[in-house]
Amino acid sequence: MKPVSLFLGCIIPNRYPGIEKATKIVLDELGVDWADLKGASCCPAPGVFRSFDKVTWLTLAARNIVLSEQMNRDVLTICNGCFGSLSDANHELKNDHSLVKKINKNLAEVNMEYSGTSDVRHIIEFFYKDIGVGKIKEAVTHPLDIKAALHYGCHLIKPSRERDLGTVENPVFFDELLEATGAKSVEYEDKMACCGAGGGVRSALLDKSLEMSNAKLLHMAQAGVDCIINACPFCHLQLDFGQVEIKDKFGHEYNIPVLHYSQLLAIAMGHSPESVGLDLNFIKKEEFMDKLGG
Amino acid sequence: MTKEPANLLEDEGFSFLTCMQCGTCTGSCPSGRYTSLNTRRIVLSARRNKDVYHDDDLWMCTTCYQCQERCPRGIKIVDGILTLRAESVHLGVMLPAHRKVAELVMDKGHAVPINDANRANRKALGMDELPETVHKYPQALDHVKKLIKATGFDKLIEEAGEQE
Ligand code: SF4
Ligand code: SF4
Repeated sequence: MKPVSLFLGCIIPNRYPGIEKATKIVLDELGVDWADLKGASCCPAPGVFRSFDKVTWLTLAARNIVLSEQMNRDVLTICNGCFGSLSDANHELKNDHSLVKKINKNLAEVNMEYSGTSDVRHIIEFFYKDIGVGKIKEAVTHPLDIKAALHYGCHLIKPSRERDLGTVENPVFFDELLEATGAKSVEYEDKMACCGAGGGVRSALLDKSLEMSNAKLLHMAQAGVDCIINACPFCHLQLDFGQVEIKDKFGHEYNIPVLHYSQLLAIAMGHSPESVGLDLNFIKKEEFMDKLGG
Repeated sequence: MTKEPANLLEDEGFSFLTCMQCGTCTGSCPSGRYTSLNTRRIVLSARRNKDVYHDDDLWMCTTCYQCQERCPRGIKIVDGILTLRAESVHLGVMLPAHRKVAELVMDKGHAVPINDANRANRKALGMDELPETVHKYPQALDHVKKLIKATGFDKLIEEAGEQE
């Protein structure tokens, strides 16, 4: 297992720091050789940067990857957006020498050079492929008796040509990881649907993006779940804060707590919900906290 | 000079010309259920060299990749849409909210920068007030700014601001 550097992105450290803390806790508990990726920036967000100017997107993404190359580590992302952005950029660069030349000309401005020696990983596929469901199960000391709606999020599995994670219509690897914590992964209608936040839609067309989330939340609520589990802080924000926005705008109230998988796993390893920032979410529910604590 | 959409997409290898207009993409699109986005129509318009660059629908795509995964012709629809978006930005089309996000990254290095509430939250969790990102390393932020200048992204955003 190659050592990894932790790429935080924007939303985790700056809006949901509990996810950052939980991630570090579980990586330690699982004995992963990880280090902070010092000085990293926004991935940068493809909805804006890739959509505006491809060379700028590639240059900034390459800078983040080079920081990790310099440490001889693979990049570990905790966010589907960061993963999509950095792994797609890495993939393009690894396969196009003339593009690398162009990007390296820009990077030379800050004495950097992309060499293509690091891979970009997502924590969920890293857990699945490198750690394994069995080892995760062994690390769970406080199995959770809860029903969860799992949200894969789009860029963890798509575009599939570079992901090597099997079917995108009916994937199961994340469900297996979820159930390793003792939780039950509950089926719900249109499970693979997008949360509606990506591609710059949340920032520019909030109401439309919330209509998409509302459809997801309704299906989750109909399935009678205790919580939502995700792998992406942007989906997390959309499904957590989005519930507040949806209540204000459309009058629907769901009140379903939202957790990143790292937070859930840390709790299943015996850490308190508060220590991984669950009480900092917008949606808080006593009943659910009690269930986790008990 | 701006390239015609069909030429631009073919040159970039997105093979929109092989579309048989089956509508699978449109039927799969979560955004299209709530917005006017009709992927099949965008592909057709681009193929016919209609002015897709000023088509608002381009910006309603969440990049969920569902259409691209299901397209029986294997057309890289979403990557093509992103390319069309970039071309339209170079023609001066930019939604104000997106320009703001770009400015945040140019200024702070983050699309969502830290705020006081989350500095406090980090401390309450026993973490450093600032994460190990450009927020903590001014020289790293400086590098990001230099690179943005080197690619001319700052000019692109500035010009879009003048057009609004
Ligand atoms: S799914 Fe593919 S072939 Fe069918 S209409 Fe859409 S782009 Fe064309
Ligand atoms: S990637 Fe965009 S166009 Fe394609 S299905 Fe998703 S929202 Fe629709």
